[in-house]
Amino acid sequence: MAEMIPVKERMKREQVSMPEQGPKGRIYNFKEVPLGYTQEQAIYEAQRCLQCKNPKCMKGCPAEINIPKFIEKIVEEDFAGAYLEILKTDDLPAITGRVCPQEEQCQQVCILEKQRKPIAIGRLERFVADWARKNNIHGSLPQISKKEQKVAIVGSGPAGLTCAADLAKLGYEVTIFEALHQPGGVLVYGIPEFRLPKSIVEYEVKEIEKLGVKVITNFVVGATRSVDELTREFDAIFLANGAGAPRFMNIPGENLNDVYSANEFLTRSNLMKAYAFPEYDTPIKIGKRAATIGAGNVAMDSARTALRLGAEKSYIVYRRSRKEVPARAEEVHHAEEEGIIFNFLTLPVKVLGDDKGNVMGMECLKMELGEPDDSGRRRPIPIPGSNFVIEVDMVIDAIGASANPIVARSATGVEINQWGYFIIDDKTKTTTKEGIFAGGDIVRGSATIISAVGDAKVAARAVNEFLSSGKSLRKSK
Amino acid sequence: MYKVVNKERLHEIIYSMWIEAPEVASSVQPGQFIILMIKEKGERIPLTVADFNREKGLIRIVFQIVGKTSEELSTLEEGDKLFSFIGPLGKETEIRNYGKVITVGGGTGIACIHPITRALKEAGNEVISIIGARNKELIIMEKELKLASSELIVTTDDGSYGRKGFVTQVLKELLDKDKSIKKIWTIGPPIMMKVTCETTKHYPVETIVSLNSIMVDGTGMCGSCRVTIGGEAKFVCTDGPEFDGQLVDWEEFSNRLSRYKGSEKKSWDLYHQHNHTCNCGGRTN
Repeated sequence: MAEMIPVKERMKREQVSMPEQGPKGRIYNFKEVPLGYTQEQAIYEAQRCLQCKNPKCMKGCPAEINIPKFIEKIVEEDFAGAYLEILKTDDLPAITGRVCPQEEQCQQVCILEKQRKPIAIGRLERFVADWARKNNIHGSLPQISKKEQKVAIVGSGPAGLTCAADLAKLGYEVTIFEALHQPGGVLVYGIPEFRLPKSIVEYEVKEIEKLGVKVITNFVVGATRSVDELTREFDAIFLANGAGAPRFMNIPGENLNDVYSANEFLTRSNLMKAYAFPEYDTPIKIGKRAATIGAGNVAMDSARTALRLGAEKSYIVYRRSRKEVPARAEEVHHAEEEGIIFNFLTLPVKVLGDDKGNVMGMECLKMELGEPDDSGRRRPIPIPGSNFVIEVDMVIDAIGASANPIVARSATGVEINQWGYFIIDDKTKTTTKEGIFAGGDIVRGSATIISAVGDAKVAARAVNEFLSSGKSLRKSK
Repeated sequence: MYKVVNKERLHEIIYSMWIEAPEVASSVQPGQFIILMIKEKGERIPLTVADFNREKGLIRIVFQIVGKTSEELSTLEEGDKLFSFIGPLGKETEIRNYGKVITVGGGTGIACIHPITRALKEAGNEVISIIGARNKELIIMEKELKLASSELIVTTDDGSYGRKGFVTQVLKELLDKDKSIKKIWTIGPPIMMKVTCETTKHYPVETIVSLNSIMVDGTGMCGSCRVTIGGEAKFVCTDGPEFDGQLVDWEEFSNRLSRYKGSEKKSWDLYHQHNHTCNCGGRTN
C-alpha cells in the first residue's frame, strides 16, 4: 500500500502527464495515441487527491462515480476495489476514461483546478479499467431477483448501454436493439481506433451482456419493427438511437464523388475498417489533400483519420477563429502535433470538380469577426471579394448532425420538436408518451458521450419508478 | 439466422438465393431493399428484395456478379450463413389501384420489379410488364413475371428471344396507342432507367425509378447514397429508393456509382489471384 502524503506535499506535486505515441510515428498507424498510466504513475497521481470532505468532482460527473473513493483505493493499491467502486455507477469506465471531456466536467470543478493542476481523474479511471481488464477482474452479477417486466432499448451507444446496465442490475429483462451489425453505436462507427480501441468497446459491451442484457444486432427499429409494435411486447422503452443524419453545407459541388459526410468517412474507416482495405472489403478514398469542414471533435477525428490513411496535407477549414473551436483542447493539440493545418475564418462556398465528378479544389471566402451572435460568440462575416481556392482532392463535411427520423416516424404519440429531436421531461426523460423514455443525442442533438451516459442513468431511475408503480406500456393498450 | 436455404443459378453470372430472415420477411413490402454482409470483414451491400415468403420467413435476393463481393456471395451454398442481413429498408412502393400501369425491368432489375408488379396486380391494376436483356440467356424470372402481371412482353437486344430491340421501343408503342396508362415503374441498369425516362418524358405519365446507390449503413446515417432529385439532395436509403425518374440527376448518380472503381478492381484482382472459384470466365467489370 502506498503512503498517504501530507496535504502540503500533495499541493506541491505536478499533475502526472500520460505517455503518448509520438506524433511522427503515430500518423502512420491507427493505434491508440495516449498510452495510459503505469501503476507507479497512477499511484503518484492518485496521492495528489486532497480527499475533500465535500468533493466537488462528484457533482461534475454525470456518471455519478464516487471519485475520491476510487482514487483512495488506487493509493491503497487496491485496484480491483477501485474498479468495483467505479462499476457501481459507470459500466463503461475504459470508454469514459478515454473520451469524456473531463476538463469540462469533474476536473473543472476539482479544487486543485485553481492551481491549474486538477487531479487527472480521467486518466486514473482509464488506468483502473485497463488494469481490471488485463487482470481479469469483473463486476459481480446482480444479486437481486429477476423481475418479470421487459424493457426495450433502441440503440446500443453509450446511452443505450448505460440504461441497459442500470436496469439489468435492478432485475429487469432488458433487450437492446441495434441497427448495425455490431453494438456500440457512435463508439464503434464514430470514434476512431486511435482514440478508442474497438476491442475495448467490445469488452465493455460483453461485460454488460453478462449482467443479463440481450443485444440484438441487425435490427432497425423504425424499419424491421416499429416502436408501436415494440410497445405490445415491452413494458417500457428507452429511445437512444443517436443523432443520426449528417448535415451538409448545401453549397455547389457537394455531391461530387470525393465529398464525404464525416459520418460516412468515419463509419467506413472505423466500423468497416476501410483503413485495412483490401483485407477488409470496404473501400475509402485516400486523398492527397483533404479538407475537413468544421472544428468539433468529429472534425478532428476526420482530419486525423485522413492523415493516417495517407493524405499528404490534411486541413481543418473553420469559419470562426481559434478561440471558438468547439473541439476538446486535447484533440486540437493532438491534431496540431500531427501536422493538421488549420484554416480559421474561412468559409467554403463551392467545391470544384472535373466532369467525372472528382474533386479538384474548394473555393472559400475569408471571414472577419463581427458582433456577438445568439451563441454569444462573435459572428463571422464574409469579406466580399476575398474568394480563394484551396487545392484539395477530397472534402469531409463535419459540421454536425441532425435527427434521423426513422425511429420517430414509427412511434405514435411520441412528439418531436422542430429539429426532429424527442421532446422530453428533463427530470424523468419521459417523452410525450408515458412509458417511453429518451436520452442522448436524439434528445440533445450532437452532444457528448458522458451526457448520454448521464441521461441514461436518469432515465433508468424513471423507468424503474414507472414499472415499480405497476404501470406498463402493454397495459395502457 | 441468415441461412441460404435455396440457391439457383439463373444465368452464368446471375444468381437467386432465398435467405432465412424472418424478422425482415414479416415486415417487408414491395420496393424495399436489404443490406447484407457475407462475413465480418466484408462490405455492406444493398440489394432490392426480389421476393418474400412471410410464412416461411424467407427473403429472395437476385444478384449479378459485378465485383468481389457479389462473386464471393455466389460461392455460398445452401446451408451457409450470411454474417449480416438487415431490413426492410427504404420506403415501400406506393401501391394502389391506378387502373392501367406498366412495369419495366432490365437485367437484375427484372427481379426487383417482380414484387412490385405482383402487388400492383393484386391491388386491381392491369399491369403490363416489359422485361428486357441483351440476349435470351439473360432473361430471368420470366415465369414469375408472367404470373405476376396481366401481360408480359419480352425483348432482347439481339432478337434471340421475344421481340428484337430495347424495352423502350415497346414502351413507346404502348404509350402511343394507349392513353389510359397511368404510371410506369422501371428498374434496371442506370443507363436503361435514364433512357426509359427520356422516352417517357414526352408523355403525361409519371415514371418511377428505383436507384441502387453505394451505401454504408442504409438507414440515413452516412449520406453515401445521396443523389440530386429536382435540384435537392436526397438520400436513396431513407427518401427512396424510388423517385420520379424525370427529376433524377443521372450524370451525378452515375458518377457517384463509380466512386470506388479503382478499389473495386484492386479487390477483384486480389480475390482472383487468391481463390477464383466461380465460373464467370474471369470477367472483369
